[in-house]
Amino acid sequence: SLLFSDEGPADTAVLTRDQGLSYYRCMQTIRRMELKADQLYKQKIIRGFCHLYDGQEACAAGIEAGIERTDHVITAYRAHAFTYTRGVSVREILAELTGRQGGVAKGKGGSMHMYAPHFYGGNGIVGAQVPLGAGIALACQYQGNGQICVALYGDGAANQGQLFETYNMAALWKLPCVFVCENNRYGMGTSVERAAASTDYYKRGDFIPGLRVDGMDVLCVREATKFAADHCRSGKGPILMELQTYRYHGHSMSDPGVSYRTREEVQEVRSKNDPISLLKERMLSNNMASAEELKEIDGEIRKEVDDAAQFATSDPEPPLDDLCKYIYHNSPPVQVRGTNPWAKLQSVSSS
Amino acid sequence: QGSFIDALVVLQMMVRDALNQAMDEELERDERVFLLGEEVAQYDGAYKVSRGLWKKYGDQRIIDTPISEVRAGLRPICEFMTFNFSMQAIDQVINSAAKTCYMSAGFQAVPIVFRGPNGSSAGVAAQHSQCFAAWYAHCPGLKVVSPWNSEDAKGLLKAAIRDDNPVVFMENELMYGVPFEMSEEALSKDFVLPIGKAKIERPGNHVTLVSHSRCVGHCLDAAAVLAKEGIECEVINLRSIRPMDTDAIEASVMKTNHLVTVEGGWPQFGVGAEICAKIMEGPAFNYLDAPVTRVTGVDIPMPYAKILEDNSVPQIKDIIFSIKKTLNV
Repeated sequence: SLLFSDEGPADTAVLTRDQGLSYYRCMQTIRRMELKADQLYKQKIIRGFCHLYDGQEACAAGIEAGIERTDHVITAYRAHAFTYTRGVSVREILAELTGRQGGVAKGKGGSMHMYAPHFYGGNGIVGAQVPLGAGIALACQYQGNGQICVALYGDGAANQGQLFETYNMAALWKLPCVFVCENNRYGMGTSVERAAASTDYYKRGDFIPGLRVDGMDVLCVREATKFAADHCRSGKGPILMELQTYRYHGHSMSDPGVSYRTREEVQEVRSKNDPISLLKERMLSNNMASAEELKEIDGEIRKEVDDAAQFATSDPEPPLDDLCKYIYHNSPPVQVRGTNPWAKLQSVSSS
Repeated sequence: QGSFIDALVVLQMMVRDALNQAMDEELERDERVFLLGEEVAQYDGAYKVSRGLWKKYGDQRIIDTPISEVRAGLRPICEFMTFNFSMQAIDQVINSAAKTCYMSAGFQAVPIVFRGPNGSSAGVAAQHSQCFAAWYAHCPGLKVVSPWNSEDAKGLLKAAIRDDNPVVFMENELMYGVPFEMSEEALSKDFVLPIGKAKIERPGNHVTLVSHSRCVGHCLDAAAVLAKEGIECEVINLRSIRPMDTDAIEASVMKTNHLVTVEGGWPQFGVGAEICAKIMEGPAFNYLDAPVTRVTGVDIPMPYAKILEDNSVPQIKDIIFSIKKTLNV
């Protein structure tokens, strides 16, 4: 369901068979990739922070379906899915999580710091990505290339001051920025009721028009995104989209996710509102695909993810020579101090 | 004829529990003290340091904050989930907390504690691994404290809470779960350690090692290895970065004639750099038989991959190597 200000996205959408299969494949891949990451984390092959996206697949898949490849996306740390939708292989994502040289950031970044063309991470500090998103939108406007930026954040970050400064500037300068609040009801362990004076996140932009969208329905997300992107591209300025969604895992792998919500609640969403199941049922009941066909796709995905995990666990760690690489860009090599004055390391820049 | 044996009950306490005990005691002692921060109340603390406090003291005194920096005029303990996030609030820490007493000519005191994990952890990558000791210790008006073990944690946190000035209290995530012996004195409700005084954890004659936080443990490990080779290290646990116990360092250097500083933070403009400058400005300079050696983190953003991360921070072998180079052995 969509709630909108004055005019809004269409309340019907057309789904072709090819599109359906593509969205199904995309979401199922994300799901299996995240569950594989869960497994690898529990085996201690992935370390540090790991924030999983299972449950929220329709958001990433729907947004990608609603924008152009040449548009831009930036998000916070629950970023593996977007890294995938923006074109990075499961292989390179998992290998980054396991800290290997074949990882998308060559093992330097880890879970929260993966990048791709027109995808700016992967940001660890809550809310910091939003002003950056407006900056990317400014660059689009400046260059007159007709591109837009989608800047995502969570319900927790929605209370950050820097967001409001960003809304002001984006609206003032009519930046082509789609602000997207992925409201999964909890900022780490704090429910939205305990964190926000107003939980109408789509209204937080005040003078920026806002939409509230069912984030579990990939078609809703796609249509809303298309509408939002058109709005920005036509020079009307920024727009805000709240996607109501849910994460099955806790905030991160260190959070069991049941001290602040009930197992029943999680189960309820899984059984009644799972984004992949919703699409599957829709396609089956409309004879757009057979159960066997979807099962075959599942099998292909399982193999793809298993192969990727195999790579991610066997690829070597980055060489020690990489330690000081890429501190700077297009800069002459510098000498870097190691742990003691006799350890003089060389830094090579990227170019 | 019977004989009585005094049973010495040695209690081990983890650093996180020592911090918890300190806050519990101070909350009980002074109703103006309260704790606020992300997830400190109902979640029991992101790193469980505030476990049980919300249950005991309730909503008014243990406050979950939304993600934004908060100041209040009572005696707040403000927890940063990590000091990396303190950068979002750093203007308030410096311009509103640190400078206010001075700007108001003593009229407005700011009795606040900013506490949380500082420095590197394990696998949390570049944006979550920075050491902020040098940044905060640069500023007059702040006190900056960096405990190592459980006694430090408890005694210094109580001191910080009772201090009428803004105190930056830098803990270490990897130390939270490490148990240490706690003396009977340390377990008492009045156990307070003075801010600004270092502790000699291990006496020695050949070289002075100065460190803070987790690296103190590494120094002691290095000292144990070197003792077998006949090299006796004096290990100083700074405990406070600002004010720093320069007298203790100088007295030690005047005895050993050699100084090696060890820290997790980056080298440029860091704690070790400051110690070098202080030594040169004081009486101990003439007692040095070799330049001071700084052992520090590598001058790069923290990489994620384990092999790279391990080689980005001072290891015990780096400390041993540096000591031997300094002693020319």
